[in-house]
Amino acid sequence: MTLFRRRLQETGKEMCFEATKMALDSAGLTRADVDTVVCGTAPDAFDGVAMKGEYLLDGCGGYRKPYTRVFTGGGTGVFSTIAGWWHVASGLADVALVVNEEKMSSCQPHPQSVFAHIWDPILDRPLKPNLVWIFAMEMNRYMTVYGVKKEDIARVAVKNKRNAVGHPCAQLADPNITVDDVLNSEVMAWPVQRLDISPPSDGASAVVLASEDFIRKRRIKDRAWISGVGWCIDSTMWTDRDLVFPEYVARAAKMAYKMAKIDEPRRQIDFAEPYDPFDYKELHHLEGLLLADKGEAPTLTREGVTERDGKMPVCPSGGLLGVGNPIAATMGMKIGELFWQLTGQAGERQIPREVHTGVSQAWGDLMQYGSVVVMRA
Amino acid sequence: MTARISRWPGIELTAADLHEGKVTQTRFRPDAKYAWSAGEAMSRFLEELQNGRLIARTCRKCARVLFPPRMFCEECFRPTDAWTYIRDTGTIETFSISYLDTDARRIPEPILVGVVSLDGASPKMGMMHYFGGMTKDEIRIGMRVKAVWKPKEERRGSVLDILGFRPLGEGES
Amino acid sequence: MRVGIIGIGMTAFRPATPEYNWKELMFEAASRAYADAGVDPRSDVDSFLTCAEDYYEGFGIFDEFVPDQLGAALRPTCTVSGDGLQGLANAFMQIETGLVDVAVVEAHSKASDIVTLEGVIEHALDPVWNKPLGAHPFVIAGLEADAYLRATKTPRKALAAVVQKNRRNALKNPLAAYAAKLEMDEVLSSEERFAPLRSLDIANPADGCVVLVLGSETAATKLHANPVWIRGVGWASDSPSLETRDWAGGEYARLAAAMAYRLAKIRRPSTEIDLAEVDDRFSFKELLHLEAIGLAKKGEAGKRALRGDYGADGSLPVNVSGGSLGCGNVFEATGLHRAAEVALQLRGDAGIHQVDGVQVGVAQSWRFVPSATGAVAVLGVGR
Repeated sequence: MTLFRRRLQETGKEMCFEATKMALDSAGLTRADVDTVVCGTAPDAFDGVAMKGEYLLDGCGGYRKPYTRVFTGGGTGVFSTIAGWWHVASGLADVALVVNEEKMSSCQPHPQSVFAHIWDPILDRPLKPNLVWIFAMEMNRYMTVYGVKKEDIARVAVKNKRNAVGHPCAQLADPNITVDDVLNSEVMAWPVQRLDISPPSDGASAVVLASEDFIRKRRIKDRAWISGVGWCIDSTMWTDRDLVFPEYVARAAKMAYKMAKIDEPRRQIDFAEPYDPFDYKELHHLEGLLLADKGEAPTLTREGVTERDGKMPVCPSGGLLGVGNPIAATMGMKIGELFWQLTGQAGERQIPREVHTGVSQAWGDLMQYGSVVVMRA
Repeated sequence: MTARISRWPGIELTAADLHEGKVTQTRFRPDAKYAWSAGEAMSRFLEELQNGRLIARTCRKCARVLFPPRMFCEECFRPTDAWTYIRDTGTIETFSISYLDTDARRIPEPILVGVVSLDGASPKMGMMHYFGGMTKDEIRIGMRVKAVWKPKEERRGSVLDILGFRPLGEGES
Repeated sequence: MRVGIIGIGMTAFRPATPEYNWKELMFEAASRAYADAGVDPRSDVDSFLTCAEDYYEGFGIFDEFVPDQLGAALRPTCTVSGDGLQGLANAFMQIETGLVDVAVVEAHSKASDIVTLEGVIEHALDPVWNKPLGAHPFVIAGLEADAYLRATKTPRKALAAVVQKNRRNALKNPLAAYAAKLEMDEVLSSEERFAPLRSLDIANPADGCVVLVLGSETAATKLHANPVWIRGVGWASDSPSLETRDWAGGEYARLAAAMAYRLAKIRRPSTEIDLAEVDDRFSFKELLHLEAIGLAKKGEAGKRALRGDYGADGSLPVNVSGGSLGCGNVFEATGLHRAAEVALQLRGDAGIHQVDGVQVGVAQSWRFVPSATGAVAVLGVGR
């Protein structure tokens, strides 16, 4: 995992190389051990190259190997690992390298201009929507239906930015941030304020997936097992859906839980890394992941349940709000943090009790994509 | 590994590094233009906007009135059955008060924007649009609204043929 | 576990499809595929994959605009940013894990929606090394054609033979957009474009959509399907940089074929394979690919093309469908279209372009300019 920063000097390829090299080194492997490479990266327009997967492939170690790019919008942060999983679980590969990258600073004057192209060209684009609008609409619907107070949502931003203090790659860590800081930050598109959002960033991350046989044969000690995967997309017609509950996340979670033989997620899961590009999304996603009842996540947050030393630590990495948001590369917090926590290597961020099962989740497209991975120690 | 690794790669640049030419940059503006075929459903939808009407498609199987209109029902996976007009009144499902424009530039007067579910379509089915004739303090979820149409001669077959939605008056329909 | 193709759906390929938007185009192909397989996507399909690139679609995140018309709303669905055969490979793997029984792969082209096709392809060039040169992206194909012709001493006439054959084959394929009966002279004297390539050496863009339904052996039995088995899949990439890739040998295709043949337990492809559909979006690519995937010895594909070996009644029918030269360049749908054509031949459902007695066929794809990425699928019936 590279540093996450507003702007990095490295090209996208170089960032991929750095992350890939780190991941291979940490597993004690070389590129020769890798059977296949999966690349995860979001819109081409950020990096300013069409067919971006092809462009990045040598940086990802894909030269003269089976190499595939998968893309599910923001959901890519967790989804690429799911794709890596099926490369290994199918028996086609023993070792799959998964490399995620985003270089948003290449896009001038502001990466926001890319988001003008994610809309339906007839129904939405003529209105010249700003991406923040739809999230503000989703947040407002969530707040209004459940009567959630803004300060309870702001607690998520505070928790995650504080959690990120121990993260070596963090762009947005802040040990002293308060709820008032969030509530007093500039209003962007009400109810979204500046500190409710994780801003654009450059970064890359990589993970190595391997079959059980390979891990045994090579005596790799630091490993966490992928025990459940799930993914789901909702209808394109976002103005026809009630945005109050992410049904697509719930379906993805149920798929992953079924595979992981989890029937009581709140009891059987020790910690979670839901996708948190906005503070309300962590709450929304906890409910989608069935780790909180509908409308209950703000209460759990207020009661400290989701703090690192709480009963259900959420985003102990610092999440996107604390570490940064290079879309697909947030795999470093979502999948990476599960691995580090489950192998007891999270250092300052280590959850202060033994953890056996974690869940990570990403979210994307037009508020319609959920990808979920359950991992066990 | 986070506990064990000492070097986390990446060289941070500041905006000044770019502007002062401390790093080499290469510029390119892609030539990527598109003209999408609107297709059967959207072509009729745009045509009807020019007439000052909103049109939907019905699916006989799930008995829904689908808006925006489409030629297939995503729930039943079958072709939809018939055209039907819906009303230009509806309910605000959600909204935002935006101080940002499309390019994330700050604007002094906020834009009121949100989703309206339309009367005559199946529940929750609607469209995104602007709101007017109300202040940022008056707008609320559940508010009843009506479309404000551009004058007929200015309509071009676009969602912008509707200027926005305004509060529905007492006793008005 | 065996994985089979149990449903095939295609639209016709046309130079433009103004009557449909991309969703309606996909709905048509999907409806055909589901009817062919006898499945209801809302209850019988476990996973959906689409193969698309944002800049070919004109969207920031095209994945958003996929589910409804495939019957995939609220279902496991994803985008593989690759050629249709890479999508097929991923669906194959999903089924091999045991998590998925029935998977759907979709790929399409709505190239007629792109106003500046050349600009879109140019945008895939390396931003530091290549874009500043400002050359037309097809120059890369010209360079590769030149390197290939020199390295293999293939006569220029052989390229014309490929064009003539494929355009003519397309006359018997009702889906093809560019069927024509051309004389060799017309091809050889067509306008010079990217030497040694002339205008007729280059496939014209087309719109179209292909949907395949894949199933595990259990699912195929349950659905009483007549499956075409996916005996092997392979995919690989050479260097993305123009400066360091193999120019004459199609290394990506060689590696992809080696992987697919290994899975399919094919040792002597030239004798074990009855029929091939290979990427021919530039005429020379057909010959280069045939050599790379072991269906011709190095330097012999051109001679064999001139001898007529690759005709529908030749010793190895190649691109009986008409290929991309005859059907049109459908971008990311190219490989999936070819897999569908091979599957139809193996099922005996290829209509008036049916080749008799084919048991094993291969489909090969390339991700077009400027990539050096490709995939191979070995398909078979019986046993």
